[in-house]
Amino acid sequence: MNMPFISRRAQPASITNFQLPATSSHPVAQAPSQAAVHSARPAASSAHRQAVIEIGQMTKTYQMGENQIHALRGVSLTIHSGEYVAIIGASGSGKSTLMNMIGLLDRPSSGAYYLQGVEVSGMDKSQLATLRNRQIGFVFQRFHLLPRTPAQRQVELPLFYAGLSNSEASQRAKEALTRVGLGERASHRPDELSGGQQQRVAIARALVTRPSLLLADEPTGALDSKTGEDVLHLFKELHQQGMTLVVVTHDMNVAKRADRIIMLSDGLIVKDEKRR
Amino acid sequence: MKALRYSNVAWESIMANKMRSLLTMLGLIIGVASVLTTVGIGRGAALGVTKEIEGQGINTLVITPKTENVGDSSTLTAGDAAALADPRIHPEIHAVAPTNSTFMRVANGNQAIESQVTGATATYADIKNLKVERGRFFNAVEESSQQRVVVLSSLAAHDLFKNADPLGQSIRINNEPFTVVGILKKSSGDDSEAYFRPIYTPLEVAQNRLINTPRYRGDFVVSEITIQVTDRELISYAESQVEQTLRLRHDLNVNDKNDFHILNQARLLEIAGNIANMMTALLGSIGTVSLLVGGIGIMNIMLVSVTERTSEIGLRKALGAQDSDILLQFLIEALVLCALGSLIGIILSYSVSALLNGIPDFPFDIILEYWSLLLALAVGLFSGFVFGLYPAIRATRLDPIDALRYE
Repeated sequence: MNMPFISRRAQPASITNFQLPATSSHPVAQAPSQAAVHSARPAASSAHRQAVIEIGQMTKTYQMGENQIHALRGVSLTIHSGEYVAIIGASGSGKSTLMNMIGLLDRPSSGAYYLQGVEVSGMDKSQLATLRNRQIGFVFQRFHLLPRTPAQRQVELPLFYAGLSNSEASQRAKEALTRVGLGERASHRPDELSGGQQQRVAIARALVTRPSLLLADEPTGALDSKTGEDVLHLFKELHQQGMTLVVVTHDMNVAKRADRIIMLSDGLIVKDEKRR
Repeated sequence: MKALRYSNVAWESIMANKMRSLLTMLGLIIGVASVLTTVGIGRGAALGVTKEIEGQGINTLVITPKTENVGDSSTLTAGDAAALADPRIHPEIHAVAPTNSTFMRVANGNQAIESQVTGATATYADIKNLKVERGRFFNAVEESSQQRVVVLSSLAAHDLFKNADPLGQSIRINNEPFTVVGILKKSSGDDSEAYFRPIYTPLEVAQNRLINTPRYRGDFVVSEITIQVTDRELISYAESQVEQTLRLRHDLNVNDKNDFHILNQARLLEIAGNIANMMTALLGSIGTVSLLVGGIGIMNIMLVSVTERTSEIGLRKALGAQDSDILLQFLIEALVLCALGSLIGIILSYSVSALLNGIPDFPFDIILEYWSLLLALAVGLFSGFVFGLYPAIRATRLDPIDALRYE
């Protein structure tokens, strides 16, 4: 697969963010390549954290028949590497639109968006697909697993699109499943897994490409409170390992786990507070 | 290669939805099976007809007299036969068998029938492909020494002797005693035996003792001359050579019509072959229409499948699938489905024809030829490509947001 502007080797930031050894308490092995790349860069724990997301004056206007709907009306936002951010707001506040923008699933009407320091607003479909593959790990409310497909294959899927060899994809999918505590269930199909387990498979799938950003849309929305809690605990662990997390939710209990809460209303950021 | 991995993905998807996959393939399975079976029937029937004609003696010409007016005497004579048999004039002719036939009363004691008595040469059985059931055909010695021997067709033997053994028995033809030396096999497919109930004696015996044979220019008139050519390829050449010789011998002028008729078995075979080919083409094109319908069925269900899997497509796009990835996935899935459907259709047509060929009285064998199998597979794959392309393009056009929202 041709990457139009960035090769995997040339963008170590995405790998660096995967795991910060300084804060890591998790016993997951670090691949040697990660360590090497990491040591070649300034420590991510230094005072100048790199911005993963920089959004400036972003607007999005939908045309619905005669009416124009202003879903975003000038949103500016910077999220740094290693942050755990919740985006909240009532339905219609624009938070879903913002999530689609951050996730490169949609294009803004105006404004700038830098992802890992690269301007992405002018990119074509194919470039965006490549960026989604490399930079962003998606976690959806309804898991979005393929039916009747074993967990291992689910997790290998993004690596398949990245053009990795079968053996490497298989190895990395195993690691990712182990990381979310499902190493023993790699051969299970979705209908053989509980909702919480399915969401953890989806999280493993999001992590397997070692993205710069984990983007979750109502990750506990389809789970009961107990398994929802497990997922949030896993997010906390990932955060402690240095992962950048953005969780879009309307549930205050979910939002409170984040370090920073951004509240949207009527297409604008009305509150942006760091909690710790 | 990527295509190979998509084949895996396609296979997994097909196996994950067995029922849907089967329904998708059903049209194609039936289409392929019906094309192959109907073409096989066409080929089989053609071969059956060919065999029938070949059974009458292949590479033969049959010359019969043709008279302008009823009552005119025939001009086809044993002398013509002798001339045609001359290898210096007709090197292309292998054997010549003149016959003289007439209906006559044949009796065994008080069992009597009207039978077509044919005076023939010893070579006649070979040329006409007559098969002996018991005993033998009369030989050249019996022919030249004018012995009164007779060979019975199976029906004549049955009529005269019922269940008794006719071999060595004496029968009376026109009140002359003849000894039975052989009984022929019942000819398959040829119904004329039931009417003629033929029996065969040496030609000269028939001419001298049985049939009051007229002469023409000093030679005995014959009712038929059968000619066998040396090589099947030479049959049309032989036909024109024979025609020339006979016209010359019969003193026909340029404007005179032939006073004989030449029946060319090879030409008959050719005509039958043409008819059979037309039949095969007809059946095949009907089958091809059903293949087309099968292909449209595939497109229909692939479109449903794209709609059904909207959320899957959205997910794949979110995970970084390029449009080309989605296109390839659905196209290869359609191709794999079609290849599988064609294979199942081929197996089905084999089973059906094996089953029909197993029926003992089925009039002919169904013949499946390798080219028709390859053709069916190729048409199947082609329809998979053609009818899979549009649904695949539809899949790539889905917006990932809409696709993910779709539940």
